[in-house]
Amino acid sequence: MADRTNARFETEQAVHHVEHHFYDAEHQRDSAKLGMWVFLLTEVLLFGGLFCAYAIYRSWYPEMFYNAHQALDVTMGTINTIVLITSSVTMALAIRSMQFGRRKQTMMFLSATLLFAIVFLIIKYFEYEHKVHLGQLPGKFYTYQGIEGTNPHIFFSVYFMMTGLHGLHVLGGMAAISLMLYRTARNRFSSEYYTPIEVTGLYWHLVDLIWIFLFPLLYLIS
Amino acid sequence: MKKEHDTLSQHHILPLKVYLGVGAALLVLTAVTVWVAQFHFGAFNIIVAMGIAAIKASLVAFFFMHLFYDNKLYFAVFAGSLVFLAIFIVLTMYDTERRAEVYEIEAHPIEAKALIYQTTPDTAAVAVPEHLDADSLPTDSGSSRGH
Repeated sequence: MADRTNARFETEQAVHHVEHHFYDAEHQRDSAKLGMWVFLLTEVLLFGGLFCAYAIYRSWYPEMFYNAHQALDVTMGTINTIVLITSSVTMALAIRSMQFGRRKQTMMFLSATLLFAIVFLIIKYFEYEHKVHLGQLPGKFYTYQGIEGTNPHIFFSVYFMMTGLHGLHVLGGMAAISLMLYRTARNRFSSEYYTPIEVTGLYWHLVDLIWIFLFPLLYLIS
Repeated sequence: MKKEHDTLSQHHILPLKVYLGVGAALLVLTAVTVWVAQFHFGAFNIIVAMGIAAIKASLVAFFFMHLFYDNKLYFAVFAGSLVFLAIFIVLTMYDTERRAEVYEIEAHPIEAKALIYQTTPDTAAVAVPEHLDADSLPTDSGSSRGH
Protein backbone atom coordinates (compact mmCIF):
# COMPACT_ATOMS: atom_id res chain seq x y z
CA MET A 1 0.00 0.00 0.00
CA ALA A 2 2.83 2.40 0.74
CA ASP A 3 3.88 3.79 -2.56
CA ARG A 4 7.09 5.62 -1.98
CA THR A 5 8.79 5.22 -5.31
CA ASN A 6 5.95 5.72 -7.71
CA ALA A 7 4.71 9.24 -7.26
CA ARG A 8 8.03 10.90 -6.45
CA PHE A 9 8.66 12.13 -9.96
CA GLU A 10 5.13 13.22 -10.78
CA THR A 11 4.94 16.62 -12.38
CA GLU A 12 2.23 19.08 -11.61
CA GLN A 13 -1.31 17.84 -11.98
CA ALA A 14 -2.73 17.91 -15.46
CA VAL A 15 -5.50 20.49 -15.59
CA HIS A 16 -8.21 19.86 -18.12
CA HIS A 17 -10.15 22.68 -19.66
CA VAL A 18 -13.85 22.80 -18.82
CA GLU A 19 -15.98 23.61 -21.83
CA HIS A 20 -18.07 26.77 -21.49
CA HIS A 21 -21.43 25.03 -21.66
CA PHE A 22 -20.77 23.03 -18.49
CA TYR A 23 -21.25 24.44 -15.01
CA ASP A 24 -18.00 22.97 -13.74
CA ALA A 25 -15.61 20.05 -14.17
CA GLU A 26 -17.94 17.75 -12.31
CA HIS A 27 -20.78 18.53 -14.67
CA GLN A 28 -18.50 17.85 -17.63
CA ARG A 29 -17.44 14.53 -16.19
CA ASP A 30 -21.01 13.47 -15.45
CA SER A 31 -22.04 14.34 -18.99
CA ALA A 32 -19.21 12.28 -20.43
CA LYS A 33 -20.20 9.29 -18.34
CA LEU A 34 -23.85 9.68 -19.26
CA GLY A 35 -22.87 9.76 -22.93
CA MET A 36 -20.94 6.54 -22.56
CA TRP A 37 -23.82 4.86 -20.71
CA VAL A 38 -26.20 5.80 -23.52
CA PHE A 39 -23.73 4.33 -26.00
CA LEU A 40 -23.56 1.16 -23.90
CA LEU A 41 -27.36 1.03 -24.10
CA THR A 42 -27.08 0.91 -27.89
CA GLU A 43 -24.44 -1.80 -27.64
CA VAL A 44 -26.71 -3.92 -25.43
CA LEU A 45 -29.43 -3.67 -28.03
CA LEU A 46 -26.97 -4.41 -30.84
CA PHE A 47 -25.92 -7.67 -29.30
CA GLY A 48 -29.46 -8.17 -28.10
CA GLY A 49 -30.60 -8.55 -31.67
CA LEU A 50 -28.10 -11.34 -32.13
CA PHE A 51 -29.14 -12.96 -28.87
CA CYS A 52 -32.71 -12.90 -30.15
CA ALA A 53 -31.64 -14.61 -33.37
CA TYR A 54 -29.87 -17.20 -31.25
CA ALA A 55 -33.03 -17.76 -29.23
CA ILE A 56 -35.16 -18.23 -32.32
CA TYR A 57 -32.83 -20.65 -34.05
CA ARG A 58 -32.21 -22.60 -30.90
CA SER A 59 -35.94 -22.96 -30.33
CA TRP A 60 -36.33 -24.22 -33.88
CA TYR A 61 -33.41 -26.66 -33.86
CA PRO A 62 -32.69 -27.62 -30.24
CA GLU A 63 -31.04 -30.95 -30.97
CA MET A 64 -28.90 -29.58 -33.75
CA PHE A 65 -27.70 -26.81 -31.43
CA TYR A 66 -26.80 -29.37 -28.80
CA ASN A 67 -24.90 -31.51 -31.29
CA ALA A 68 -23.20 -28.62 -33.03
CA HIS A 69 -22.02 -26.89 -29.88
CA GLN A 70 -19.95 -29.95 -29.03
CA ALA A 71 -17.62 -28.85 -31.80
CA LEU A 72 -16.65 -25.95 -29.56
CA ASP A 73 -13.79 -26.32 -27.09
CA VAL A 74 -15.13 -25.64 -23.60
CA THR A 75 -11.61 -25.43 -22.16
CA MET A 76 -10.60 -22.67 -24.50
CA GLY A 77 -13.88 -20.89 -23.90
CA THR A 78 -13.42 -21.08 -20.13
CA ILE A 79 -9.86 -19.81 -20.38
CA ASN A 80 -11.09 -16.93 -22.50
CA THR A 81 -13.71 -16.12 -19.88
CA ILE A 82 -11.06 -16.09 -17.16
CA VAL A 83 -8.83 -13.92 -19.34
CA LEU A 84 -11.56 -11.35 -19.93
CA ILE A 85 -12.61 -11.22 -16.29
CA THR A 86 -8.99 -10.64 -15.28
CA SER A 87 -8.69 -7.92 -17.89
CA SER A 88 -11.73 -6.25 -16.35
CA VAL A 89 -10.03 -6.33 -12.95
CA THR A 90 -6.85 -4.77 -14.33
CA MET A 91 -8.89 -2.14 -16.18
CA ALA A 92 -10.71 -1.20 -12.98
CA LEU A 93 -7.41 -1.07 -11.12
CA ALA A 94 -5.96 1.19 -13.81
CA ILE A 95 -8.71 3.71 -13.15
CA ARG A 96 -8.20 3.36 -9.43
CA SER A 97 -4.49 4.01 -9.85
CA MET A 98 -5.18 7.28 -11.62
CA GLN A 99 -7.60 8.21 -8.84
CA PHE A 100 -4.44 8.29 -6.73
CA GLY A 101 -2.53 10.09 -9.44
CA ARG A 102 -0.13 7.20 -9.92
CA ARG A 103 0.87 7.53 -13.54
CA LYS A 104 3.23 4.59 -13.85
CA GLN A 105 0.95 2.20 -12.04
CA THR A 106 -1.91 3.25 -14.29
CA MET A 107 0.22 2.51 -17.33
CA MET A 108 1.12 -0.86 -15.88
CA PHE A 109 -2.50 -1.85 -15.40
CA LEU A 110 -3.53 -0.54 -18.82
CA SER A 111 -0.73 -2.58 -20.39
CA ALA A 112 -1.87 -5.65 -18.49
CA THR A 113 -5.41 -5.15 -19.78
CA LEU A 114 -4.06 -4.91 -23.32
CA LEU A 115 -2.04 -8.05 -22.80
CA PHE A 116 -5.05 -10.03 -21.63
CA ALA A 117 -7.04 -8.74 -24.59
CA ILE A 118 -4.35 -9.97 -26.96
CA VAL A 119 -4.37 -13.38 -25.27
CA PHE A 120 -8.14 -13.50 -25.71
CA LEU A 121 -7.85 -12.80 -29.42
CA ILE A 122 -5.05 -15.32 -29.87
CA ILE A 123 -7.14 -18.07 -28.29
CA LYS A 124 -10.04 -16.99 -30.49
CA TYR A 125 -7.79 -17.25 -33.51
CA PHE A 126 -6.92 -20.84 -32.68
CA GLU A 127 -10.59 -21.67 -32.23
CA TYR A 128 -11.51 -20.13 -35.57
CA GLU A 129 -8.57 -21.73 -37.31
CA HIS A 130 -9.65 -25.16 -36.15
CA LYS A 131 -13.15 -24.58 -37.47
CA VAL A 132 -11.93 -23.30 -40.81
CA HIS A 133 -9.78 -26.40 -41.08
CA LEU A 134 -12.75 -28.67 -40.53
CA GLY A 135 -15.12 -26.73 -42.74
CA GLN A 136 -17.34 -25.61 -39.87
CA LEU A 137 -17.97 -22.25 -41.42
CA PRO A 138 -20.96 -19.93 -41.30
CA GLY A 139 -23.90 -20.19 -43.62
CA LYS A 140 -23.28 -21.14 -47.20
CA PHE A 141 -19.59 -21.88 -46.64
CA TYR A 142 -20.30 -24.74 -44.27
CA THR A 143 -19.07 -28.15 -45.49
CA TYR A 144 -18.48 -30.26 -42.38
CA GLN A 145 -20.38 -33.52 -42.41
CA GLY A 146 -20.03 -34.73 -38.84
CA ILE A 147 -22.91 -33.02 -37.06
CA GLU A 148 -26.35 -34.53 -36.81
CA GLY A 149 -29.51 -32.57 -37.25
CA THR A 150 -30.89 -30.33 -39.95
CA ASN A 151 -29.21 -27.08 -40.90
CA PRO A 152 -26.04 -27.40 -38.79
CA HIS A 153 -24.64 -24.42 -40.67
CA ILE A 154 -27.06 -22.20 -38.79
CA PHE A 155 -25.34 -22.81 -35.48
CA PHE A 156 -22.03 -21.74 -36.95
CA SER A 157 -23.59 -18.71 -38.57
CA VAL A 158 -24.80 -17.65 -35.14
CA TYR A 159 -21.48 -18.58 -33.52
CA PHE A 160 -19.28 -16.67 -35.95
CA MET A 161 -21.58 -13.67 -36.07
CA MET A 162 -21.77 -13.28 -32.32
CA THR A 163 -18.18 -14.07 -31.42
CA GLY A 164 -16.92 -12.21 -34.48
CA LEU A 165 -18.77 -9.03 -33.62
CA HIS A 166 -17.63 -9.41 -30.02
CA GLY A 167 -14.04 -9.88 -31.23
CA LEU A 168 -14.29 -6.68 -33.25
CA HIS A 169 -15.44 -4.93 -30.11
CA VAL A 170 -12.42 -6.33 -28.28
CA LEU A 171 -10.21 -4.91 -31.02
CA GLY A 172 -11.89 -1.52 -30.76
CA GLY A 173 -11.46 -1.63 -27.01
CA MET A 174 -7.78 -2.39 -27.44
CA ALA A 175 -7.45 0.67 -29.66
CA ALA A 176 -9.10 2.83 -27.03
CA ILE A 177 -6.95 1.38 -24.23
CA SER A 178 -3.82 1.94 -26.31
CA LEU A 179 -4.84 5.55 -26.75
CA MET A 180 -5.35 5.85 -23.00
CA LEU A 181 -1.93 4.32 -22.46
CA TYR A 182 -0.36 6.88 -24.75
CA ARG A 183 -2.15 9.81 -23.14
CA THR A 184 -1.27 8.59 -19.66
CA ALA A 185 2.35 8.36 -20.72
CA ARG A 186 2.13 11.96 -21.89
CA ASN A 187 0.85 12.95 -18.46
CA ARG A 188 -2.52 14.14 -19.71
CA PHE A 189 -4.36 12.70 -16.71
CA SER A 190 -4.36 13.28 -12.98
CA SER A 191 -6.37 12.40 -9.92
CA GLU A 192 -8.62 15.33 -10.83
CA TYR A 193 -9.07 14.44 -14.47
CA TYR A 194 -9.17 10.86 -15.69
CA THR A 195 -12.55 10.80 -17.38
CA PRO A 196 -11.36 9.24 -20.69
CA ILE A 197 -9.86 6.30 -18.83
CA GLU A 198 -13.07 5.96 -16.86
CA VAL A 199 -15.33 5.81 -19.91
CA THR A 200 -12.92 3.46 -21.68
CA GLY A 201 -13.24 1.27 -18.61
CA LEU A 202 -17.03 1.36 -18.86
CA TYR A 203 -16.82 0.20 -22.47
CA TRP A 204 -14.36 -2.53 -21.63
CA HIS A 205 -16.53 -3.84 -18.80
CA LEU A 206 -19.43 -4.08 -21.20
CA VAL A 207 -17.34 -6.14 -23.61
CA ASP A 208 -16.65 -8.47 -20.68
CA LEU A 209 -20.34 -8.47 -19.76
CA ILE A 210 -21.38 -9.55 -23.23
CA TRP A 211 -18.90 -12.40 -23.19
CA ILE A 212 -20.24 -13.50 -19.78
CA PHE A 213 -23.54 -14.17 -21.53
CA LEU A 214 -22.08 -15.48 -24.78
CA PHE A 215 -19.98 -18.14 -23.10
CA PRO A 216 -22.72 -20.28 -21.49
CA LEU A 217 -25.10 -19.83 -24.43
CA LEU A 218 -22.63 -21.04 -27.03
CA TYR A 219 -20.27 -23.34 -25.15
CA LEU A 220 -22.38 -24.86 -22.37
CA ILE A 221 -25.59 -25.98 -24.00
CA SER A 222 -26.99 -29.10 -22.36
CA MET B 1 -5.22 8.01 3.58
CA LYS B 2 -3.66 10.98 1.84
CA LYS B 3 -0.04 10.38 1.02
CA GLU B 4 2.62 12.97 0.56
CA HIS B 5 3.17 12.09 -3.07
CA ASP B 6 -0.14 10.54 -4.04
CA THR B 7 -2.75 13.06 -4.97
CA LEU B 8 -6.25 12.01 -4.15
CA SER B 9 -9.31 12.23 -6.32
CA GLN B 10 -12.36 13.88 -4.80
CA HIS B 11 -14.44 11.09 -6.20
CA HIS B 12 -15.36 8.00 -4.32
CA ILE B 13 -12.50 5.51 -4.46
CA LEU B 14 -13.29 1.88 -3.88
CA PRO B 15 -10.95 -0.11 -1.68
CA LEU B 16 -8.64 -2.52 -3.45
CA LYS B 17 -10.25 -5.39 -1.56
CA VAL B 18 -13.57 -4.75 -3.29
CA TYR B 19 -12.07 -5.03 -6.78
CA LEU B 20 -10.12 -8.15 -5.94
CA GLY B 21 -13.04 -9.69 -4.10
CA VAL B 22 -15.44 -9.11 -6.96
CA GLY B 23 -12.85 -10.48 -9.39
CA ALA B 24 -12.47 -13.61 -7.30
CA ALA B 25 -16.25 -14.00 -7.05
CA LEU B 26 -16.52 -13.75 -10.84
CA LEU B 27 -13.94 -16.48 -11.30
CA VAL B 28 -15.69 -18.73 -8.80
CA LEU B 29 -19.03 -18.20 -10.53
CA THR B 30 -17.40 -19.05 -13.86
CA ALA B 31 -16.24 -22.35 -12.40
CA VAL B 32 -19.76 -22.96 -11.05
CA THR B 33 -21.28 -22.28 -14.46
CA VAL B 34 -19.02 -24.82 -16.13
CA TRP B 35 -19.57 -27.34 -13.36
CA VAL B 36 -23.37 -27.07 -13.44
CA ALA B 37 -23.44 -27.50 -17.21
CA GLN B 38 -22.48 -31.14 -16.93
CA PHE B 39 -25.80 -32.01 -15.30
CA HIS B 40 -28.89 -32.38 -17.38
CA PHE B 41 -31.86 -30.60 -15.89
CA GLY B 42 -33.60 -30.16 -19.21
CA ALA B 43 -35.12 -26.74 -19.63
CA PHE B 44 -33.88 -25.78 -16.18
CA ASN B 45 -30.27 -25.75 -17.40
CA ILE B 46 -30.58 -22.54 -19.32
CA ILE B 47 -32.38 -20.85 -16.44
CA VAL B 48 -29.55 -21.75 -14.08
CA ALA B 49 -26.90 -20.70 -16.60
CA MET B 50 -28.56 -17.36 -17.30
CA GLY B 51 -29.19 -16.83 -13.60
CA ILE B 52 -25.51 -17.22 -12.77
CA ALA B 53 -24.61 -15.02 -15.74
CA ALA B 54 -27.01 -12.38 -14.43
CA ILE B 55 -25.31 -12.44 -11.02
CA LYS B 56 -21.90 -12.06 -12.67
CA ALA B 57 -23.21 -9.24 -14.83
CA SER B 58 -24.62 -7.49 -11.75
CA LEU B 59 -21.26 -7.74 -9.99
CA VAL B 60 -19.48 -6.24 -12.99
CA ALA B 61 -22.07 -3.50 -13.41
CA PHE B 62 -22.43 -2.48 -9.77
CA PHE B 63 -18.80 -2.61 -8.73
CA PHE B 64 -16.48 -2.45 -11.72
CA MET B 65 -18.72 -0.01 -13.54
CA HIS B 66 -19.52 1.84 -10.30
CA LEU B 67 -23.27 1.75 -10.82
CA PHE B 68 -23.84 1.11 -7.14
CA TYR B 69 -22.08 4.30 -6.15
CA ASP B 70 -22.88 6.61 -9.00
CA ASN B 71 -25.74 8.85 -10.01
CA LYS B 72 -28.88 6.73 -10.27
CA LEU B 73 -29.47 8.09 -13.76
CA TYR B 74 -26.77 5.79 -15.16
CA PHE B 75 -28.48 2.83 -13.57
CA ALA B 76 -31.77 3.94 -15.09
CA VAL B 77 -30.19 4.09 -18.55
CA PHE B 78 -28.63 0.67 -18.20
CA ALA B 79 -31.73 -0.90 -16.68
CA GLY B 80 -33.74 0.69 -19.47
CA SER B 81 -31.65 -1.08 -22.07
CA LEU B 82 -32.28 -4.39 -20.34
CA VAL B 83 -36.01 -3.72 -20.12
CA PHE B 84 -36.26 -3.04 -23.83
CA LEU B 85 -34.10 -6.03 -24.62
CA ALA B 86 -36.41 -8.18 -22.51
CA ILE B 87 -39.47 -6.85 -24.35
CA PHE B 88 -37.74 -7.54 -27.65
CA ILE B 89 -36.84 -11.13 -26.91
CA VAL B 90 -39.95 -12.09 -24.95
CA LEU B 91 -42.42 -10.82 -27.52
CA THR B 92 -40.43 -12.30 -30.41
CA MET B 93 -40.20 -15.69 -28.76
CA TYR B 94 -43.86 -15.59 -27.77
CA ASP B 95 -44.79 -15.07 -31.38
CA THR B 96 -42.30 -17.61 -32.74
CA GLU B 97 -43.22 -20.34 -30.33
CA ARG B 98 -46.93 -20.02 -30.85
CA ARG B 99 -46.99 -19.56 -34.59
CA ALA B 100 -48.07 -23.15 -35.10
CA GLU B 101 -51.36 -22.31 -33.43
CA VAL B 102 -52.21 -19.95 -36.24
CA TYR B 103 -50.44 -21.31 -39.31
CA GLU B 104 -50.09 -24.78 -40.76
CA ILE B 105 -46.51 -25.56 -39.92
CA GLU B 106 -45.25 -29.11 -40.12
CA ALA B 107 -41.57 -28.48 -39.60
CA HIS B 108 -39.07 -25.73 -40.08
CA PRO B 109 -37.69 -25.78 -43.59
CA ILE B 110 -34.31 -27.11 -44.49
CA GLU B 111 -32.11 -24.44 -46.00
CA ALA B 112 -31.71 -26.37 -49.23
CA LYS B 113 -29.36 -23.82 -50.77
CA ALA B 114 -26.81 -24.53 -48.05
CA LEU B 115 -23.63 -25.99 -49.42
CA ILE B 116 -23.78 -29.15 -47.35
CA TYR B 117 -27.01 -30.14 -48.98
CA GLN B 118 -25.45 -29.90 -52.41
CA THR B 119 -22.93 -32.64 -51.71
CA THR B 120 -23.51 -36.34 -51.97
CA PRO B 121 -22.93 -38.37 -48.76
CA ASP B 122 -19.73 -39.80 -50.22
CA THR B 123 -17.85 -36.58 -50.67
CA ALA B 124 -16.57 -34.33 -47.93
CA ALA B 125 -15.89 -30.75 -49.00
CA VAL B 126 -16.52 -29.99 -52.63
CA ALA B 127 -16.51 -26.90 -54.76
CA VAL B 128 -19.64 -24.77 -54.80
CA PRO B 129 -21.91 -25.88 -57.62
CA GLU B 130 -22.49 -23.29 -60.29
CA HIS B 131 -26.19 -23.52 -60.28
CA LEU B 132 -28.24 -24.29 -57.20
CA ASP B 133 -30.90 -26.70 -58.30
CA ALA B 134 -34.16 -26.50 -56.37
CA ASP B 135 -34.91 -30.09 -57.25
CA SER B 136 -31.85 -31.48 -55.53
CA LEU B 137 -33.51 -31.54 -52.13
CA PRO B 138 -31.96 -33.81 -49.53
CA THR B 139 -33.76 -37.01 -48.78
CA ASP B 140 -33.67 -36.37 -45.09
CA SER B 141 -35.59 -38.30 -42.49
CA GLY B 142 -39.26 -37.74 -42.05
CA SER B 143 -41.48 -34.81 -42.27
CA SER B 144 -39.31 -31.89 -43.33
CA ARG B 145 -40.41 -29.68 -46.13
CA GLY B 146 -37.80 -27.98 -48.23
CA HIS B 147 -37.96 -24.78 -50.19
